[in-house]
Amino acid sequence: MSDSAAPAALAAIRVVESVMREDRGRLMAALIAQLRDFQLAEDALQEAAIAAITHWGKTGLPASPQGWLRTTAMRKAIDRVRQRSRATRNVADLALLAEDEAAEPACSDVIPDERLRLIFTCCHPALEEKSRVALTLRSLCGLSTAEVAAVFLDAEPTMGQRLSRAKSKIAAAKIPYVVPEAEDWSARLSSVLTVIYLIFTRGYSLGPSSRRDLCDEAIFLARLLIVLREGDAEIEGCLALLLLTHARAEARVGADGATVPLREQDRRRWSAPLLAEGLAMLHRALARRSPGAFQLKAAIAALHSAEGSTDWPQIAALYAKLYELEPSPIVRLSHAVATAEARGAESGLALIDALATELDEYQPFHASRAEYLGRLGHAAESLAAFERAIELAESVADRLYLERRRATLAATVA
Amino acid sequence: MNYMLLIYGDPSKEPSYGTPEFDEMMKGYFELNEKMKADGVLRGGEGLKGVETATSLRMRSGKVETMDGPFAETREHLGGYYIVNVSDLDAALRYAAMIPAAKYGTIEVRPLMDYNPMS
Repeated sequence: MSDSAAPAALAAIRVVESVMREDRGRLMAALIAQLRDFQLAEDALQEAAIAAITHWGKTGLPASPQGWLRTTAMRKAIDRVRQRSRATRNVADLALLAEDEAAEPACSDVIPDERLRLIFTCCHPALEEKSRVALTLRSLCGLSTAEVAAVFLDAEPTMGQRLSRAKSKIAAAKIPYVVPEAEDWSARLSSVLTVIYLIFTRGYSLGPSSRRDLCDEAIFLARLLIVLREGDAEIEGCLALLLLTHARAEARVGADGATVPLREQDRRRWSAPLLAEGLAMLHRALARRSPGAFQLKAAIAALHSAEGSTDWPQIAALYAKLYELEPSPIVRLSHAVATAEARGAESGLALIDALATELDEYQPFHASRAEYLGRLGHAAESLAAFERAIELAESVADRLYLERRRATLAATVA
Repeated sequence: MNYMLLIYGDPSKEPSYGTPEFDEMMKGYFELNEKMKADGVLRGGEGLKGVETATSLRMRSGKVETMDGPFAETREHLGGYYIVNVSDLDAALRYAAMIPAAKYGTIEVRPLMDYNPMS
């Protein structure tokens, strides 16, 4: 045995890991397109990756590791189908085998990009929302099951079961592996963009400490969609929103670990390149004159990033427009806050108070109520509202910020 | 693939006989039937009489227990169904959205079991 065997095997493992991380989405998408079976594609790709470690360790790297993995996975899948079909004589299996015998499975190193179909399948509204997020992270971003479980603070076996239930439903209910047609496009796209946004906000609340930065994954997915489907204003609006929000990531938590509200953030800590790219993307979207919810949210984010005093009347108007598309109490709260800033605490507070029953469990409702009660001099009520907001705060940073605000208020009263 | 479109609704929310809304609903069902037939997807479909006519039965320790009423005490009851033969779930969902009851009730879409793998 030569001395170089061990380093070669180690190098092979590293390449396999990196390809499976970077190109898993593309490989999975191409395999599912041919096999029409999510689970089979995943199992076959896993088998191929294991084979690659031993094979490449001995013979060295192939010219195209991706092409090698795809061809090997295809062969492994055909083997599995052949075994299975001996027992069941399943029609779909037999058709696949006939196809395979007619033409050697594509051995070309050029892997067709089927990821648009894959993302629409993973984000199909017939799947539970959490499963859509999990399946997208696993299939398109290449996170391991353990990493996806960590995102939701779930145990790995629990997440494994969730993923396999989702894949079983795709097969059993025959969720198609297609890019939706024009009549379904906007509803289905909105489901995809919502998943991307959920991945982003999850990353936002977990912070960059997690092993895979979910904010980066979400931006990767939005960029991918733009490449795969050029000219869609809502996709551009979504990417603009993510970039404009992410630009402020460094400034949103202060040295003391507390959340820094937008108006107090140190602009020098905002990322100028991300901000510029976000604004350019927003302008590109708006120029298409095809308005949508993500473009509105991005426009609001852009107004918040603008230099000089914030244009609150314009922000309030945009939230009113957004409410027409997304009639949720949370959008109404944002509209109320913008109104408070634009027209005074009193008119804003009336709008906020109207949401008391719907948003009683929502931290920002109590925090903004506390803020405007305080400005209007209702100290006792304001302190009580801060108390409630602190109870409901989900992150340490938010809690620290709210506690400081409450202390400031208490000091002015005393 | 065959899908059953199960039509659930709260009878108190359905348009009542003699109103223009009722006529509109019946027209909707008629048009949908015609469309499903013309598209060649309709495999079957029936409407059920109201839950006040329902009787539930179970066998326990070899004895038949018979009860008045539906199996589950819910507001929305099964009121009828269609069976359609279409290519995939998206196509089934498109027909489900055309059922007039979708506006005031819920349509559950379920693939039928395939007992014959050769078919």
